[in-house]
Amino acid sequence: MNKWTRRAFIGTGSVVGGGLLLGVGGLLVAPNRLNVLPENTEDAARLTTWVKITPDNRITAVVPHCEMGQGAHTTLAMMLADELDADWANVAVEEAPARSEFANGYPLFGFLPALANGPAPIARGIDYTAYRLMRFFDVQVTGGSSSTRGTGQFGMRSAGAAAKIMLIQAAAQRWNVAASECTAKASRVTHAGSNRSATYGELAVDAAKLDPPSRPALKERAAYTLMGTRVERLDIPGKTNGSAKYGIDAALPGMLVATISAAPVFGTTLASVDVRAAEAMPGVRKVVQLPEAVAVVADGYWRALQALRSLKPVFTPVEHAGVTTDTLFAAMAERSKTEDGSSVDSNGDAEKALQGAAKTVTAEYRVPFLAHAAMEPMNATVRIADGRCEVWTGVQDPLNARKVAADAAELDLEQVTVHNQQVGGGFGRRLPGTHDFIKQAVLVAKAVAPTPVKLIWSREEDIQHDYYRPAVLGQYQAALQPDNMPSAWLSRFNAGSDAAAKLPYAIEHRKIIAIDDAHHIRTGAWRSVASSQHGFFTESFIDELAHAAGKDPYEYRRSLLQHSPRYLAVLEKAASLGEWGKPLPEGRGRGIAIVEAFGTVVAHVAEVEVIDGKLRVHRIAAAVDCGEVVNPDGALAQVEGGVLFATSAALFEEITINEGRVAKTNFLDYPLAHMADAPRISVEFLRSDAPMGGLGEPGVPPVAPAIANALFAATGKRIRTLPLQPALEKELAKPTASS
Amino acid sequence: MNMQLVVNGRTHDIDADPDTPLLWVLREQLGYTGVKFGCGVAACGACTVHLDGAPARSCSLPVQSVVGVPITTIEGLAAGQEPHPVQQAWIAHQVPQCGYCQSGMIMASAALLAKNPDPTDADIDAEITNICRCGTYERVRKAIHAAAAGIRDAAPAKPAAGGSRR
Repeated sequence: MNKWTRRAFIGTGSVVGGGLLLGVGGLLVAPNRLNVLPENTEDAARLTTWVKITPDNRITAVVPHCEMGQGAHTTLAMMLADELDADWANVAVEEAPARSEFANGYPLFGFLPALANGPAPIARGIDYTAYRLMRFFDVQVTGGSSSTRGTGQFGMRSAGAAAKIMLIQAAAQRWNVAASECTAKASRVTHAGSNRSATYGELAVDAAKLDPPSRPALKERAAYTLMGTRVERLDIPGKTNGSAKYGIDAALPGMLVATISAAPVFGTTLASVDVRAAEAMPGVRKVVQLPEAVAVVADGYWRALQALRSLKPVFTPVEHAGVTTDTLFAAMAERSKTEDGSSVDSNGDAEKALQGAAKTVTAEYRVPFLAHAAMEPMNATVRIADGRCEVWTGVQDPLNARKVAADAAELDLEQVTVHNQQVGGGFGRRLPGTHDFIKQAVLVAKAVAPTPVKLIWSREEDIQHDYYRPAVLGQYQAALQPDNMPSAWLSRFNAGSDAAAKLPYAIEHRKIIAIDDAHHIRTGAWRSVASSQHGFFTESFIDELAHAAGKDPYEYRRSLLQHSPRYLAVLEKAASLGEWGKPLPEGRGRGIAIVEAFGTVVAHVAEVEVIDGKLRVHRIAAAVDCGEVVNPDGALAQVEGGVLFATSAALFEEITINEGRVAKTNFLDYPLAHMADAPRISVEFLRSDAPMGGLGEPGVPPVAPAIANALFAATGKRIRTLPLQPALEKELAKPTASS
Repeated sequence: MNMQLVVNGRTHDIDADPDTPLLWVLREQLGYTGVKFGCGVAACGACTVHLDGAPARSCSLPVQSVVGVPITTIEGLAAGQEPHPVQQAWIAHQVPQCGYCQSGMIMASAALLAKNPDPTDADIDAEITNICRCGTYERVRKAIHAAAAGIRDAAPAKPAAGGSRR
């Protein structure tokens, strides 16, 4: 995959050497091309996407998203190429440079809900207001399962469609014929009447002189040539032969290597460290003391690590030294009793309905802190020289990384260049707000400038200094009517207010309360964000209600989802795929769960068995409604990956806290699912007419509850604490008593 | 300490502390960056290489212990221009996602097939213990079976002479 080069970008709508460069929404670089947008589409102007056509008939999609295995580079290029009627064999993709002109705005609105619900002028301010906001926040983020449904739908397709119209127009003018008599196919415009044709490359220079159409019509689904077909991912071959380059593979002449140890308790600072012995070790160039960390710079990683481990840094004492996982949950329980919290959803009078109920059900659930544990440890390579700072890294938001680097280097944004590389796993760990390793790398590079330095975190540093999925305590109460259907639902949970806590089910009296949490552990977005805990809470509790009601959990959900044909269709598809109701061998059980996240509804049916005390997930059947599917095999891979990521967390993963610090260190004590733990996964997409939803994350949330519900079906044991395997072992160790 | 390493059929003179893990010599001194650092404690397998054909986790292997042992990295797995059957199966089944673990996954799988040309699912579960965080396990499994079938099908038809394969 070629990286964008500054030389090729001149910002006037043409490419060096002649050609067409078409932008959507890039105010500074192509102000006259801003109107290449379906007017009044709320999402459209929040994008900046580009297509480049060069005289050799090569078409390049310039994608403002990182590639971290989710396939966005290929999928977005497909969307552009389809509308453009390009010859796929000659389509390439480049990641947009990390410059403000290429900010992408769409996901911003997902990350900042206050903006999405903001005053109408912001939402409708198609060009200038939204653009200024993007510039203000300076984001080029890949997150929120938004690349395809956002940038792809509203940016790449418009860019492709507009470019095609311009190319046809250029051909029509050249041949002095009507544009309506010309057709475009496989990167070539043809005028059948005069038997003439020209490649896009031959027409690109002339096309670049034309005004882009204001409202290029997009194809109807029946006219797609690429979208909806299986296209091999462009990034895969390089990932099979060692040639794919990640941030950690950056290599500069004379480069040194650093590794780092940050304060083990968040919030503490480095008090002192004796560096003399370490600086005398072979290959060590410098011990760098930062406010919250100590780093060693050496001629290689191993020597840096050995020296770092020989250091005995002293960090300032803090009041968190007594904090453990247990004290954190105890504090949550206390706050849940004493604090009013804020309302996420409210209807009727849930408390009154509970008081007068024939039957009530109560349950308390816990989910732990979770690490992202991306396979590529955090790293960044930095060179500070000649008044400039260059950064090589792989992140989910290179513009935010640039800002972090500029602040640390005390330079202007224009003096900083971020070369974003392929990302060896993101899952939220490389989002804006989590670029601590960039800051560290810049500060270390400053100390050895102008020599470039690559900072590599050890795995231990990664596990202990993540921005964790929050640990959450959820307390649930429901009232059942005499017909055993729920009339009231009251829930309180210790986490920020999030719509993911709302119910899909028709329950009249609702009171859902979020209680602010307060502790010193760093938290962040973890694949599927708040849906990861609320999926488990809501879908476990509704399952408990079904059992309390003496009803089949699938049928119980169905009867509460009659108002939503979309949910019903997904639920029914999962049940049929997962063979709900079909007799199982002794000891096995099935569980079902359904969650909507990022515009996509997913239901899973899990089939499990406890074998010698080990919870084995045999299979997971998934039904997915994300609207239309652009690259079916890539979509499938995202759901499969989401299911496995979530299975690993549901069974095994837990960050524990002791003495105020993260007690886990590496994959030996923070185990992840292996091949032998992987369930067989079958997936069906409903391909509905619903607006396109995301796919990177929605496969995750229903997994934990589907497995826990299946475990209950198999064993009669209701596990309300994640991860399930250790909780099950505790349960099995208890004297015999049914749960 | 000066040593000689034989990597992908080439002999390299290196200078390293004898306890330096092979991984860092391969990556930092010899430029074989396809070999990946994942955990440093031989738990994830991202750093898997072949030592005389057998899989080994290079992050926990002192370089002095492999002097004179033929080392193969992901860069040297293919026979010339033709990808190894495992690499071909990886593309056909679109296995990698982020791809970071896949060098190790491919090396472990190729070593498995060299030893066991027709592995069962249980064999794969037991032998492929590399960690993939993106969750490609099911595709890895399918691709191993496909590569095994491909190797079996290709074996009798392959001419003994020709010299295009090593």
